[in-house]
Amino acid sequence: MVGRVAVLLAAFLAVAAGAAFIVIHWFLGGPPVVDYAAGARPDTGAHIHVLMQEDPQNTVSTHPDWVSYFIHDPASGTWKHTTLFSVPAGSEVTITVLGYDGCTPLRNPFWGKVTGTAGNVAYVDAKPVSVIDSYAGCNVAHTFSIPALNVNVPMASPGLTATLCGVSPCTSGPHVTETFSFRTPRHPGVYVWQCRDPCGGGFIDGFGGPMQTIGFMTGTMQVVS
Amino acid sequence: MAAGTAAGSGPAPAGPDPAGAGEARHGLRIFLLWLPLAVAADLLIWLALGPHLPPGTMASAAANQQSDFVLMAMLAAPVMLFVLVYFGYALAVWRQRPGDETDGPPLHGNVRAQASFIGISSVIVLALAVFGTVELISAQGAGAGQGPDPIWKPAAAGQGTRSGALQVQVIGQQWKFTYRYPQFGGFETTQLVLPEGQWVEFHVTSIDVIHSFWAYQLGVKADANPGVDNVAFTRPEHLGLFQVHCAELCGLWHGAMFNGGEVVTVASFQRWAAATRIQLADVTRILPPYALTYDPTVVPQMNKAMVKAGIAGANGYYYPPGDPVQP
Repeated sequence: MVGRVAVLLAAFLAVAAGAAFIVIHWFLGGPPVVDYAAGARPDTGAHIHVLMQEDPQNTVSTHPDWVSYFIHDPASGTWKHTTLFSVPAGSEVTITVLGYDGCTPLRNPFWGKVTGTAGNVAYVDAKPVSVIDSYAGCNVAHTFSIPALNVNVPMASPGLTATLCGVSPCTSGPHVTETFSFRTPRHPGVYVWQCRDPCGGGFIDGFGGPMQTIGFMTGTMQVVS
Repeated sequence: MAAGTAAGSGPAPAGPDPAGAGEARHGLRIFLLWLPLAVAADLLIWLALGPHLPPGTMASAAANQQSDFVLMAMLAAPVMLFVLVYFGYALAVWRQRPGDETDGPPLHGNVRAQASFIGISSVIVLALAVFGTVELISAQGAGAGQGPDPIWKPAAAGQGTRSGALQVQVIGQQWKFTYRYPQFGGFETTQLVLPEGQWVEFHVTSIDVIHSFWAYQLGVKADANPGVDNVAFTRPEHLGLFQVHCAELCGLWHGAMFNGGEVVTVASFQRWAAATRIQLADVTRILPPYALTYDPTVVPQMNKAMVKAGIAGANGYYYPPGDPVQP
């Protein structure tokens, strides 16, 4: 009798542990959220500086050949392999992206236009640009786009002959520095952002893999109050 | 158990009764119970519920769909009420009484009831088939995609397009619709603005996976398939805002693939189109020439750029035909 109870108890615990693993791994797991809202008061027009980089690979995950964004964590001073970040509502956000990845022509050249940013421009190595023609040369690696805010910024790339950084997060190697600013909504919410350049190498039309995976080429900007 | 049977062959009343008298009485009672309910329900649907049925009356296709929904609801309500009335009548009249342990009479079928059921059902279904076909033709495809060569076009006067309508190309891509206006220099924009009272000819396509363009309040729903020009018509009839959703599961952010649109006056539309054409001139210059299908892999400039970047596979595609290599 005692043996049967023990088996039953063990089976119950095994099932409970399995369920807990699924909940924790699939529903509560995932990339961390980098907090850029800490210490800033919402709706005050606070100026927030977000620092990112996009790499030709990421050597810190189980998909080392996937291109990926990284976000700098201001609290720890380290790069996080994530595409989730939070900013205060009603603030002025300036995003700086260190572009280490090589070029891929846009599938729709329309996304070569900068929209939704202050002045509808971005600054590539401090030079203002409003459109980049990705068919005219090796010049666009990705885009940073928040569809709900009409933000779309083509991410410039180093030249075709550049020897790209091989270890992520990149700390050296040829890259471009691109900045742009936009205002966050006054109300809290979660805003999807994504890359629109077909950079998912090895997937049909380049739109699979990292393009469809949070933590690589798409994520969310959480606007908090 | 009280004697009871199917419709039109009710229980034998107590005492002698001429054959069929009970059947007629039950049938008449059910009919008299059903008739006022059916009339009331149809009046309610027609006058009260109908004007609020989706998708509204913002555009011709939407109004046609709404009137179709009203008609079908008015046909369905009496049928449903007949079932419910019959069910209620059977419960009330033919239920088992306390102390009644007898069996009911054996059933041997009822030709009149069966013939009526088959006949009425056939008439309703065939009539709806004819009605649906006529509605599809007379409503210029009823807002649905008709493929690249539509046979039901609006007889609108005008120049420049095969239907004389405003041409708008809808381009689905993960995860946003963009819109090209070929009659205004071919600019592409994320805004969908349409003039009131003018036929619109949507050319729906995709540049990556399959999507579905669903302009809800306009009554338009058309598949967006890569390499396919899917044409749908509607005519906005009221000013206002409408919503566009993707109605085909298309990837991670399918649920976020929506945008608003607006129907404006013809004069406002002309001003908007002229201003947008100028505003987007810098990006319009680098777009491929307007074409009814929009396959980037056959755009010569793109192929050259891909070859230059060293990422082109066979046939000008991004990756060799053997791909995708799944993880």
